[in-house]
Amino acid sequence: MGCLDGIRIIDFTRYAAGPQITLLLAFMGAEVIKLESRVDIDHFRRQESAVVWGSQRASIDCFNSLNANKMGVTLNLKTDAGVELAKRLVAISDVVVDNFKAGTIDRLGLGYPVLRDIKPDIIMLSASSHGAVGPERGYIAYAVTMGALSGLSEMTGYEGGPPAVMRSSADLRPGTAAAFAILAALNHREETGEGQFIDFSAREALSCPLGEIIMDYTMNQRGRTRSGNRDDCMAPHNCYRCKGEEQWISIAVSSDEEWESLCCAMGDPAWAADERFADQVGRWQHQQELDGMIESWTAEYTHYELMDMLQRAGVAAIPSFNNEEIFNDPHCRERGCFASVDHPEEGKLYIVSPPWKFSETPAEATAAAPLLGEHNRYVFGELLGISDEQMNRLETDKVLY
Amino acid sequence: MPKSALGGTKIVELCQLVAGPYCTKLLSDLGAEVIKIEPPEGDPARKLPPFFHDEPDPEGSGLFLYLNTNKMGITLNLHTATGKDIFLRLVENADIMVEDNPPGTMEKLGLDYECLKEINPRLLMASITPFGQTGPYRDYKAYHLNVFHSSGEGYLTPGGVENMGRPPLKVGNLVGEYDSGLNAAIAILGALYYRKRSGGGQYIDISKQESVMSLNRLDMPRWANEGEVITRAKLGVPYGGALPCKDGYTVFVTWEGEQWDKLVDFMGHPEWTADEKFKDYASRYQNGELINALLTEWLVDYGKEELYHRGQAAEVPFAMVYTPQDLAESEQLEERGFFIEVEHSTTGKIKYPGVPYNFSRTPVVVQRPAPLLGEHNEEILTDRLGFDKEELPRLGMANVI
Repeated sequence: MGCLDGIRIIDFTRYAAGPQITLLLAFMGAEVIKLESRVDIDHFRRQESAVVWGSQRASIDCFNSLNANKMGVTLNLKTDAGVELAKRLVAISDVVVDNFKAGTIDRLGLGYPVLRDIKPDIIMLSASSHGAVGPERGYIAYAVTMGALSGLSEMTGYEGGPPAVMRSSADLRPGTAAAFAILAALNHREETGEGQFIDFSAREALSCPLGEIIMDYTMNQRGRTRSGNRDDCMAPHNCYRCKGEEQWISIAVSSDEEWESLCCAMGDPAWAADERFADQVGRWQHQQELDGMIESWTAEYTHYELMDMLQRAGVAAIPSFNNEEIFNDPHCRERGCFASVDHPEEGKLYIVSPPWKFSETPAEATAAAPLLGEHNRYVFGELLGISDEQMNRLETDKVLY
Repeated sequence: MPKSALGGTKIVELCQLVAGPYCTKLLSDLGAEVIKIEPPEGDPARKLPPFFHDEPDPEGSGLFLYLNTNKMGITLNLHTATGKDIFLRLVENADIMVEDNPPGTMEKLGLDYECLKEINPRLLMASITPFGQTGPYRDYKAYHLNVFHSSGEGYLTPGGVENMGRPPLKVGNLVGEYDSGLNAAIAILGALYYRKRSGGGQYIDISKQESVMSLNRLDMPRWANEGEVITRAKLGVPYGGALPCKDGYTVFVTWEGEQWDKLVDFMGHPEWTADEKFKDYASRYQNGELINALLTEWLVDYGKEELYHRGQAAEVPFAMVYTPQDLAESEQLEERGFFIEVEHSTTGKIKYPGVPYNFSRTPVVVQRPAPLLGEHNEEILTDRLGFDKEELPRLGMANVI
């Protein structure tokens, strides 16, 4: 039993940000019906995607990670009959989500005013990169460019180095915020019976975690920029090279007490007694020298050895895990951070589990992402009552296509 | 007063710093009533920068002000019997309680979920901690730096480095704390929706490590599924990305085939673009570094704004690396109403980042700024809990409030 059992969602989304929205709701038990078409196929099903991700399997893996627990149908929205079928699906659903460029869904004849007439309490969220209003509303964006637009690129990277290029997490962060908005609207509908339209801007969502950075500008006209792993107050506060290949440990010290614990764990080396490191202010001012000295110690141990030693001493120290280590890590194993699903073509595929542990309504990965059109029979046949014969004709006419 | 999405929902917050307060801020901005409980000395976020006009005033921290809009605030010492009793009476009347203490703390205080559900069986309780309530690392100490690196995203940051000799990095600011608050807020709204339909309360365990890991769901399973260790040596994009231009950094990608052709048009067909080496996606992918070197020569004559807007007009997905100043002065963000003005007794009227979702029926309204320390002690204790006003000084002297 999931939180959202009984909720049905019509999902027009593609790429990564949009599918993340409905993925989270599917993890909670919502029935998500992903509409796809061969005339405008999801990025992760294309040949280019296999080039970008390194192999066909990697591309399928990514698609699976974003679309697990969902059902998939083929529907060509460039045909009138396709649009009519989409409307019939909306009529029996609770939520509609799209991540087309602003205005596209209206041009398809499936904008909110149309859908509201069909289903008055429908909740519709349109997630575009810039939202539905403003001079840049029609602009195209992807994770990489959105990371830059949001300010995250400016704030990420080595001190004095170039701004960082953001990865897919710059799509998934906004997707997560959009799922929150839908849940709020569902709660409101449960109280009042009212649906509504939500205009969502992905770049704005990605700027929200920079709240106080932006306020430093609005309050003090100070433009902050990237500074590696550094903190405004703590030092040492960095990743240090460890024994072994490409192994790193993060260490953060916030007080004199923690500093003493760190020194003790290092065996109280003479350099640590240097008066430049006597208090937090001195350590912060001389953190570059400090980092060098600490690294000469960490280089003697593996990151796991260091974590054990330092955590026992009360110092915050955790490896900078890579994706192999994190999969095999004992803590992540015990917490069930990865779950496997059976993919009809690729066999067992692992995905990252939902990040919430509910005591009563467990959220789980239960099924692999759909193959193209896998659930046409269920959705058009069982839910809409279309006969096999009609369905065959719709396939021939490239409506279910 | 317009309707709000979460009006009538009552929340007690026992959190500090970023993740927990951001979780309840997301809910209070949508109309939930949040009573924030601070220890008598205040949330430590009050001591963190940026400060209004750089004056270290506990009522002037931009971090605290941003994270606590629309909340009421009381001070309470839970290590006193009376303080505990006041807490229990607040929880008795609440829908949701959010806390972020180290695992086991609430149990020691006699305020864990098992105890609280006795007095309020419909209560939803969420705990936000670095590694969750179970598993071998549950008691490990971790600041944001450690949490972020434990998630696997640090190892991938910044993408595209030429050598792996420099440490992995966190993404800018305290983004992992914000991710955790958002994930907790999603879980809470899922559980709240379930409760509205089924009546039952429940407990939610949120791990910050898992919150950030789940946003990297495309990269994390790649070792388990393809045997591939992903590193920051690879750029998220084969070419493009963040490149220097006349006055800063421009950013672009050409994921789709025709976007490359449009880029070539946009550049006015420089001779090199006709080279066989760049004829299709796969060959461009192979020669990404060369493309970037050639592009950089061309870009140096153009400004970032010019490239962004003119590139988009040519349907090439250009962006630019926004600085905090660029964000605060963005016409797009202004026109869409992303920024809100909040009046506070210390700062006067200041521009804050708002929310990325515009709801058609339940607009987000700033009802009040972040609370002053203990601002609502009298209102909550006398009006809600029936204390006599003359009892308050005694509670203060006894270090209860």
